[in-house]
Amino acid sequence: MILLADQLLVLVMLINLVMLGTSRLIFSIRAVAVQGVILGILPGLIHPFSGHLAGITVGIILAKGIIIPYLISDAVRKAHIRREVEPFLGYVPTLLLGAVFTALSFAFAEQLPLAPEHKELLFVPASIATLLTGFLVLTTRRKAISQVIGYLVMENGIFVFGLLLSEAMPVMVEAGALLDLLVGIFVMGIVINHISREFSSLDTSRLRTLKEE
Amino acid sequence: MTDIIIHCAVALLFPPLLLGVIGKTKAAFAGRVGAPYFQPYYDLIKLFRKGSVFSETTSWVFRAGPVVTLSATLIAGLLIPLGHHDAPISFSGDLILFAYLFGLSRFFTTIAALDTGSSFEGMGAAREVTFSCLAEPTLFFTLITLARISKSLTLSDILTHPTPMIWLASGASMLLLAGALFITLLAENSRIPFDDPNTHLELTMIHEVMVLDHSGPAFGIILYGAALKLFVLGAVFVNVALPFATGNALLDWAIFIAAMLSLAMTIGIVESVMARLRMTRIPQLLVGATILSAFALMLVLR
Amino acid sequence: MLYALVLLPLLGALCAWIVPDNRWRPLVLPVIATIHSIVTAILLGNAPPPSPAGWIWLDPLGKIVLLCISLLFAVCAFYAVGYLSYRRERSNRVLCMGLLVCLSAMSMVTMTQHLGLLWVALETTTVSMAPLIYFNHNARSIEATWKYLLLCSVGIGLALLGLLFLAYSTYVAHHDATLLLGPLMFSARELNPAWLHAATIFLLVGYGTKMGLAPLHAWKPDAYGEAPGLVGALLAGGLVNCAFLAILRVYQICLASGTEIRFFQQALLGMGLISMAFAAVFMARQADFKRMLAYSSVEHVGILAIGLGLGKGALYGALFHLLNNGLTKGVLFLSSGNIHRSYSNKTTHVVKGALTRLPWSGGLFLAGFIAITGSPPFSPFISEYTIVSSAFIDGHYLVGGLFLLFLVVVFIGMALTVLPMVMGAPPANIEPTDYEDRLLTVGPPLFMMALILLLGVWPPEFLVTLLKDGSAMLGVQP
Repeated sequence: MILLADQLLVLVMLINLVMLGTSRLIFSIRAVAVQGVILGILPGLIHPFSGHLAGITVGIILAKGIIIPYLISDAVRKAHIRREVEPFLGYVPTLLLGAVFTALSFAFAEQLPLAPEHKELLFVPASIATLLTGFLVLTTRRKAISQVIGYLVMENGIFVFGLLLSEAMPVMVEAGALLDLLVGIFVMGIVINHISREFSSLDTSRLRTLKEE
Repeated sequence: MTDIIIHCAVALLFPPLLLGVIGKTKAAFAGRVGAPYFQPYYDLIKLFRKGSVFSETTSWVFRAGPVVTLSATLIAGLLIPLGHHDAPISFSGDLILFAYLFGLSRFFTTIAALDTGSSFEGMGAAREVTFSCLAEPTLFFTLITLARISKSLTLSDILTHPTPMIWLASGASMLLLAGALFITLLAENSRIPFDDPNTHLELTMIHEVMVLDHSGPAFGIILYGAALKLFVLGAVFVNVALPFATGNALLDWAIFIAAMLSLAMTIGIVESVMARLRMTRIPQLLVGATILSAFALMLVLR
Repeated sequence: MLYALVLLPLLGALCAWIVPDNRWRPLVLPVIATIHSIVTAILLGNAPPPSPAGWIWLDPLGKIVLLCISLLFAVCAFYAVGYLSYRRERSNRVLCMGLLVCLSAMSMVTMTQHLGLLWVALETTTVSMAPLIYFNHNARSIEATWKYLLLCSVGIGLALLGLLFLAYSTYVAHHDATLLLGPLMFSARELNPAWLHAATIFLLVGYGTKMGLAPLHAWKPDAYGEAPGLVGALLAGGLVNCAFLAILRVYQICLASGTEIRFFQQALLGMGLISMAFAAVFMARQADFKRMLAYSSVEHVGILAIGLGLGKGALYGALFHLLNNGLTKGVLFLSSGNIHRSYSNKTTHVVKGALTRLPWSGGLFLAGFIAITGSPPFSPFISEYTIVSSAFIDGHYLVGGLFLLFLVVVFIGMALTVLPMVMGAPPANIEPTDYEDRLLTVGPPLFMMALILLLGVWPPEFLVTLLKDGSAMLGVQP
């Protein structure tokens, strides 16, 4: 089971790279959804079965795999855009940067004082790599939707680390965190709609009226 | 000894059939009857019976191109094991030779293309070199990763090493390798989505544009060389992706042939369902493949 | 009783959602706020013991923040009734609901002892505030909302990572991951130092973003500048204090660990001084007076961080300043909202002679300015004085010196903006607006100003005890 978890984490990291390499927004939303579903499956593979676990699995798959992707793609549909054109940094450079970050996170995870039973697992490098990918997407893309996707990827990275210690996070807290994420994305979706209506574009580099004179 | 004979026979006679299967698959997808499976053989025979026309501006380089290309690919074909039978030639470090034989053949294809002085062929040569620059690291990373898994530098060991056990133990990296190899296979053999072997517009061609000036037997050699290259790289892919060995020599050969045919069908399906990529997107995919293989190496090294 | 503080506002939000009429809906706010304040007053007197699992406990630190939030919210609630009567054209359903949900989440922050739950509540405040910043529905406010939402979400995400690191440090130490404050402090000395260190950094960055400590304050001027006055007041006095409470919790753990506290204090001092420096630089010649208030907020979270970083006697000052800053910012934002309404402009190019045009609001703004820059006899003077004197007593001469220097620069910079605004004659050519000072728009900030004066002249006994209890929890020997 642990082995399967590791393979799934490799898939998570691959999805990161896909996200960095693609310009089609719907495609990256689907990729995030797949990542979310994988994150939902993972707890079941490493922890013994319990009601808590089943709840988490269902909650995560529902929130990260279905509702959030739906909310974002709804915003995409309303804004009538399909692609991220002209990011601040091109696709091939970000892809390479993402690969370098992934390599670095492997090297970094080696250095960390992990508990012995977590040493061999891929959770920590996958978490760091996903986190960094999220940051990369957040900082190199112009479109508001891409930035939301980056934020989601970042959250996924944090979540992967959280899998190592699900007992520290009681159900209530976990449900609260998921709900917050959900509402946050919902609000972001609304704001995106208003941005596209107000500026007739989702290019966040146009949001620059507010600055020091 | 029988194995060596079978190896040579398969390597020499089998490749054009792959092209035939690909063509038939594509025809089936398009709802046509399509050319017979053995059409590539008929084409080759027809070409070899024709006379040649050589441009006055070309030199011996132009004539040497197809021959060197074919012979380099033939030697490469002798270096790889087929169907879990050791290769006729093998020594420690032959994977480097293997990679550079392809380099040599590419060098001669491009230099022959440049020799014609045609601007189209020059353009094709430039593209070919650019994209193979990006595809080569993938092949190297893949071979290094496999060498690391099998702890050997001989192609025969490296490529016969993958077993179901290894797939279970490091499935992720093997899957990555297989994916990267498949992309390289398509790119190196100028298949869709990188290049369309059947295109008729020079501006969009990569590989095909370089051989426009060849005719008759020279063109036949090129076609045969291309089929052989597909066969060799396909064999590498099959060795990695299909790690089954029964132990019975003849049965293994049969499995290998079947695997190659289904690979050809897969390629045919890929070509039917995908469109050719825009030229600017090709480097992206190739870099992606490189990253996949590098990632596999990282997972193995960990 | 404690749970009423959380559930009551949620009930109010439900009411606000049901009430169909734009005119009557804001009345829900003062009703809920009054009950909330009464419950808070009772709880401050005799707080219930910790809940059996140790999740819920209103400790002195929580009490201080709760007091500040409840007071500020009550004032803002009454003000909102007056303010919204000028904004009849716009539906205030989302505004009222957002305010109440935020109040509920803020109350939750003050009473929970579980760091995970605290995080959830804090994230809820972030999300519920976003629609409020966007109340004006124009291009500028949407930009501000976007920046606020994205930066704060990312920041709070990092804080979650910090929390996970913290839990992991307990896991590495004794294979029993927990995020309850009590057990964490109890076993703080055994925690894995490397993970604890990483956790501290991430928590500081995450909650620091939420609090608006420089250099993580980028969202602050925009959000404060574009939000309506009363939302600005709640951001500067409510959310900032909640985030500061989260940092106090981290401080408690660092203190208990014995080793990490040194680094944490250094980092707080550094960020605090940078915040004050940033504020001092950007406040000079700031034409937009709401943005100026935002930088003032950056300055004051810097002061809070410095007070915490200095430790010892300064802790009392920091806790007191938390209250003072919240209330004074309330006065400033509410009165600036009035001025903004009256001139329909918020730059000093147009706004002149507010004292003549709006004697009450202008006067309150001036008084708030005098108070926030730390002039006697108002209470911020006392808290700032406590911090700076403690700096000199403990031998932190450089910190104390810089602190004073920045205060002076800020005073001058702020005066250059505020004085031309309130003094002189109002320009003759501005359009008349329907705004005039009324009881409901001037009374609440006036009440708060009186409170600030009272705290400055004669701080009540119970508050002093509370502050002392609070600083005792942060390691000061009583």
